Amino acid sequence: MSEIELKDNADQPILDVPAIKTFTDHHSAPHGYKRWLFSTNHKDIGSLYLWFSLTMFFIGGAMAMIIRAELFQPGLQLIEPNFFNQMTTSHGLIMVFGAVMPAFVGLANWMLPLMIGAPDMALPRMNNWSFWILPFAFSLLLLSLFTEGGGPNFGWTFYPPLSTQFSPDSTAMFVFSVHLMGISSIMGAINVIVTILNMRAPGMTLMKMPMFVWTWLITAFLLIAVMPVLAGAVTMILTDKYFGTSFFDAAGGGDPVLFQHIFWFFGHPEVYIMILPSFGIISAIIPTFARKQLFGYHSMVYATASIAILSFTVWAHHMFTVGLPLAAELFFMYCTMLISVPTGVKIFNWVSTLWRGSITFEVPMLFSLAFIVLFTIGGFSGLMLAITPADFQYHDTYFVVAHFHYVLVTGAVFSIMAAAYYWLPKWTGYMFNENLGKWHFWCSLISVNILFFPMHFLGLAGMPRRIPDYALQFADINKIVSIGGFMFGLSQLIFVAVVIMAVRGGKKAPAKPWEGAEGLEWTVPSPAPYHTFDTPPEVK
Amino acid sequence: MRLLKPIITINTLILGMVSTPLFAQQSAVNMTAGVTGISNTVYNLHMTILYICIAIAVIVFGIMFWSLYQHRKSKGAVAAKFHESTTVEIIWTAIPIVILIGMAIPSTQALILMEDTTEADITIQITGSQWKWHYRYFDHDLEFYSRSTTSQAEINNEIEKQPHYLKEVDNPLVLPINKKVRFLITADDVIHSWWVPAFAVKKDANPGFINEAWTKIDTPGTYRGQCAELCGKDHGFMPIVVTALEPEAFDGWLAQAQVTAKQQLQAEQQSLTQTMDMPTMMSLGEEVYNRTCTACHQASGQGIPGAFPALKNSPVALGDVNKHINIVLHGVPGTAMAAFAKQLTKKELAAVITYERNAWGNNTGDIVQPSQIDAALTGNNQ
Repeated sequence: MSEIELKDNADQPILDVPAIKTFTDHHSAPHGYKRWLFSTNHKDIGSLYLWFSLTMFFIGGAMAMIIRAELFQPGLQLIEPNFFNQMTTSHGLIMVFGAVMPAFVGLANWMLPLMIGAPDMALPRMNNWSFWILPFAFSLLLLSLFTEGGGPNFGWTFYPPLSTQFSPDSTAMFVFSVHLMGISSIMGAINVIVTILNMRAPGMTLMKMPMFVWTWLITAFLLIAVMPVLAGAVTMILTDKYFGTSFFDAAGGGDPVLFQHIFWFFGHPEVYIMILPSFGIISAIIPTFARKQLFGYHSMVYATASIAILSFTVWAHHMFTVGLPLAAELFFMYCTMLISVPTGVKIFNWVSTLWRGSITFEVPMLFSLAFIVLFTIGGFSGLMLAITPADFQYHDTYFVVAHFHYVLVTGAVFSIMAAAYYWLPKWTGYMFNENLGKWHFWCSLISVNILFFPMHFLGLAGMPRRIPDYALQFADINKIVSIGGFMFGLSQLIFVAVVIMAVRGGKKAPAKPWEGAEGLEWTVPSPAPYHTFDTPPEVK
Repeated sequence: MRLLKPIITINTLILGMVSTPLFAQQSAVNMTAGVTGISNTVYNLHMTILYICIAIAVIVFGIMFWSLYQHRKSKGAVAAKFHESTTVEIIWTAIPIVILIGMAIPSTQALILMEDTTEADITIQITGSQWKWHYRYFDHDLEFYSRSTTSQAEINNEIEKQPHYLKEVDNPLVLPINKKVRFLITADDVIHSWWVPAFAVKKDANPGFINEAWTKIDTPGTYRGQCAELCGKDHGFMPIVVTALEPEAFDGWLAQAQVTAKQQLQAEQQSLTQTMDMPTMMSLGEEVYNRTCTACHQASGQGIPGAFPALKNSPVALGDVNKHINIVLHGVPGTAMAAFAKQLTKKELAAVITYERNAWGNNTGDIVQPSQIDAALTGNNQ
């Protein structure tokens, strides 16, 4: 941390007096478990979300380790195919709904009020509820693995009839668990929108909001638009399986492909829900460590909005082999290709921000730079997948697995890591161990590429996804991938160590630990007091 | 297009150098160029777009890393103040659009070609079911199932794995080369997906609906693929093997296969008049059971609790024989239990039901005869 110079004014927050209040002089001061269970404080709830997300990241990660161990060599060694399918399904569901999404909601809870100068989220009681639904939702999902017949084994996309006529008895638990996750997400999204639209500090117009606030505002609208669609999809699965309806059963006049349209109408905006907040994080961190303003703030806002709107017109690119008419295949191919334009604008803007900056390489910056490069690689494979004739070869192979892990792990997860390192001093009041952080970064960077890059080769060479055993020509690369997987899994333990150490103590962090940082969150002391911005700051 | 031409030329040149000997068969790290006109087009499209992506990556990452090196603070870099430029934004919006149009044109052409299933010389109906493929030659009165022949012992690492481990079947699909073959693809139970990389054909098999695809193979040979859509427990054990023959050889094979099928049908008719004894039926039944039923009900007859019911001591296997026959013939709608009436011969059906009623200590003593199966199928058993 020696290269960080503290400016004299960094320790002079706009409101030093009210901000330093302890929480005993404001309402009551619950301690112990009651503080967390009944909390309506955005910082406590943000922490709950983040710890929950980290726990799920390790549970989902453990499942990935089981998958990679089984795939270490050809043949069935450790687990049965049916259990393998339960692992791939649960891994997907837990990572998407349990790790990535709650992490972003946690970051939103912590940072949105601090960034817009609000005292808390607009709907604190609902905020508590949105969080506390999640442990129940995931307990239900995880418990289903221990029922007779096992947990969900039909893939996280749960295509019928596999998920209806042919699914285990525990499918109802899966359905209700997804319902709960959806309710939690919708409430979280409503809270974000109401907070951003109503509680900004005087003078903070929409076009003065930090990019993270903008991207979350747009994400929240996406959530409200598509989570009800997911709820509808799982409900139809429920009634098809248990109540004799035939939404997705041709024998009763239904259509299994209809499900895929509904699911991906949710599913494609969903992948942007998992990446737009990342764009906001990267747009905060890159200018800080380049010590230079974001190159094109306005175009970044417009690009984010364009991506969100286009995300509703590309869903069928997940379904090119399902037997769509030619016109539909062409339409969805063109729309999907078009999405690379606003995404490109973002990449170009970050690179231009770096250009002629004064760049330092603290841990959040390292993760952000890795994000730009590796997310772009995921973007390239995405563009290749958009090309329908080629997609016929890529579809449902490890090429797709490689693609979405590049955008979700080295994209979303790396940005979450970057955000955690960036704001950890603000949350804990202590600087984290920079050396360990760098170890975490370099181990993750190397192992994640050993893990996911060779998957491109596997897919191109013809290995389908979701298989517990494979032909001999795939053996060598699978071994490398598994080794990368174990390394990546172990590397994340360093992160836990860094976080726990930073929570327990260390070098005191100043209000603004990063020289080039901008924004209201750096005007309050570190750690951020329990209540901040009781009086709104003025934004000029 | 004009913009793409030099790239395509370079691409073709490089391909010309490396592809012929090295990539003619399936590469371990890249898409196969395959053995059809379409698969070659797809391969070239894939390589072209890959090269474009690599070129963009080199430029963008090049600028980025140069900046990271050159503009680092430790080197004394002082941050500039510039930001916002509409001109620059327009330029980096417009250039990608031009590149994308360049990509979209050949892709559209290829796609239009791939979706044209008209004027086929021969039509094959492909039906996926858990976990095997069924092929039916339209206009040729020939149909058969195609199942994996990889042994459980190989899968469980008890014996050495054969070279075509998990990519071998009992009855491969046989096709003529240089003929336009149309596929009509559907499924009996869940969604499957029929994929042979060498043809660049991958099409979902949706239960209750029929999809179309086509191919025209250039070279005789054996081409292997597998199911590409998660279809349950044994999704990974559902291989596809296609043998492509010269048209004359294909005609010979077709005639021979039809004769064999006819003989089997006669043997089937004969079996109806025979009365089989217990040992014969038990040994045939065990063989059929291990081939057909163990995936779900397990070799022990104990099933998988909660997923697949046990047969050992089950009310079905110990109860009314006609009910038992009915379930095996017609399946149980709404569950994973398939209808086996068309998948097995009457003798095999009789044998496997006999086996289920007498194995694992079930000991009912019932011997089900092929004629009983025939009666059940024609509705004469009442």
